[in-house]
Amino acid sequence: MIHTEHLIKDFGAFRAVDDINLDIGKGEIFGFLGANGAGKTTAIRMIIGLVLPTSGQIIVDGLDISKGSEKVKHKIGYMSQKFSLYPDLKAIENLEFYAGIYQIPFRQALKNIQPIIEQFGLQDILKNRTEDLPMGYKQRLSLVAALVHDPPLVFLDEPTSGVDPQARREFWQVINDLAYAGKSVIVSTHFMDEAEYCHRVIIMQDGREVALGNPAELKAAHSSATMQELFLKVLGEDNAKPE
Amino acid sequence: MPNLNRIKAIAEKEVFHILRDSRTLTIIFIMPLLQLIIFGYAMNMEIRQVPLVVDDSALNSSSQALIDAFIHTDYFHLVPKDEGILNPGELFKERRAQATLSIPQGFGKDSFTVLLKIDASDPNSAQMIQNYANGIVNNRFAIAGAGITLQPLILYNPDLKSSFFFVPGLIALILVMICALLTSISISREKEMGTMEQILVSPVSATEILLGKVLPYIFLGLMDALLILGVGMLLFQVPFRGEFIVFLGFTFLYVLTSLCLGLLVSTVAKTQQGAMMMALGMTLLPTLLLSGYMFPISSMPVILQKITYIIPARYYLQIIRGIMLKGNSVRHLYQSGLSLLIMSVTMLIIASRRFKLRLS
Repeated sequence: MIHTEHLIKDFGAFRAVDDINLDIGKGEIFGFLGANGAGKTTAIRMIIGLVLPTSGQIIVDGLDISKGSEKVKHKIGYMSQKFSLYPDLKAIENLEFYAGIYQIPFRQALKNIQPIIEQFGLQDILKNRTEDLPMGYKQRLSLVAALVHDPPLVFLDEPTSGVDPQARREFWQVINDLAYAGKSVIVSTHFMDEAEYCHRVIIMQDGREVALGNPAELKAAHSSATMQELFLKVLGEDNAKPE
Repeated sequence: MPNLNRIKAIAEKEVFHILRDSRTLTIIFIMPLLQLIIFGYAMNMEIRQVPLVVDDSALNSSSQALIDAFIHTDYFHLVPKDEGILNPGELFKERRAQATLSIPQGFGKDSFTVLLKIDASDPNSAQMIQNYANGIVNNRFAIAGAGITLQPLILYNPDLKSSFFFVPGLIALILVMICALLTSISISREKEMGTMEQILVSPVSATEILLGKVLPYIFLGLMDALLILGVGMLLFQVPFRGEFIVFLGFTFLYVLTSLCLGLLVSTVAKTQQGAMMMALGMTLLPTLLLSGYMFPISSMPVILQKITYIIPARYYLQIIRGIMLKGNSVRHLYQSGLSLLIMSVTMLIIASRRFKLRLS
């Protein structure tokens, strides 16, 4: 579904993303791991066409993203770090707006997202102003908003930051269901325990790939018991300095 | 091709923002009223009841008739002559009088010359006093056999009421300020909140975003124009001699131009603060000073005269003064209207070109 080749992004003299090559398949949960500033967000923004790469190629579902065609944009669902919701709009008005800009009749959009709304328990807060909602609800609503047009590709940039562990588990249950239904889910996170939920992960540091693969296989290869341990090991090796 | 459904989605959302944000509503409806009242009552350029000291040495019927002509207007009132001080310099220094009228002996028989001294520390008032005095002498106290007399006939605003001048001007000023401010803020706010990112990921095009943002404000701009016009007519008795539909049509063009100016600002400004400063900077002073509102364009240096061609209010002032005071119809105004149309289309094109569908 997603193919990138030698993806590079420079901001002036600073190289934010350095030679990233990926292949992400249908129904896969793919994780971007790394500390803040490792280049996860920039990489995701390039894949969805928000940021133009300095060099390299990105093919999304057979289409070159740099062309910025309408067709490819319909395939992408995106939830940004900031939970892009309008605080002065009611929850349901936010969803209506996003359905509107994807030209989905709201009735059909509701059909698309009804199961997730119920799974998240959002039915009762749809009439509330978004600014009055607790963080956890905003996060869930933001994911629902990214799904109104039923996209085959879902990008979640640090979706669980600032949310309690219970809510995080529920959130990952929904991500799992999305992948099970055949959507590719691309998630960035700095929570190592969340990496276990991913089918494959890329660990990034200073814009570069330091590890790529299945979490269990990666742990075995680096003889680490947990993702946390693995993370410290691969970053340490790459830096050639003790952690 | 811009897609109507997507434009509608953006416009509808914008309406929610407007209706729920009390600050926007304040800017739209309270600010014009405040300005109207401040300009209307504080920035009054008429003069009334100028204190006048008369030194009448003739003491005959002619001199009395002249004095009566002065004090029977609303413009002058007679300050009782104080025996001690007669020197105009002293009178002016103590601000007991703003003008003195000296009538020499023999006035009305062998001489028709009188001396009017005016305190010109405020040149505007001095100019007005001189004009009024001329008017009184020429029109109401016609003196025979004094050679050529100029008989001015003042059209459209014979009493030179300043409300006739500032109400149309204020419509021009407030519309351009508010429209440019609101659109530029509404776009930069989305940039600041991060919601713009979400819109950019969607299939919406730059033109669709810009049109969706502009549509609700066209309606608001026209409402504002009607509000100022209505209150102006009610409080200050300004006339409206043209046709309403002509006013509406040309005001629509002006609102459109102002909104497109706001769009242009928003493609440059990154924050709401920046947008606000830029929108005000590009509208307030240029409109006040260079549109012909305060100062006549014909008396400006050539280079400034050239600059006035890019000030939208320059065209709208001709239009609004024409409609309200002269009863102009489309045939008198189409050139100015065309200029506004060209300006708005040009700015819209530049804005949608400059508007980045990507973050970097």
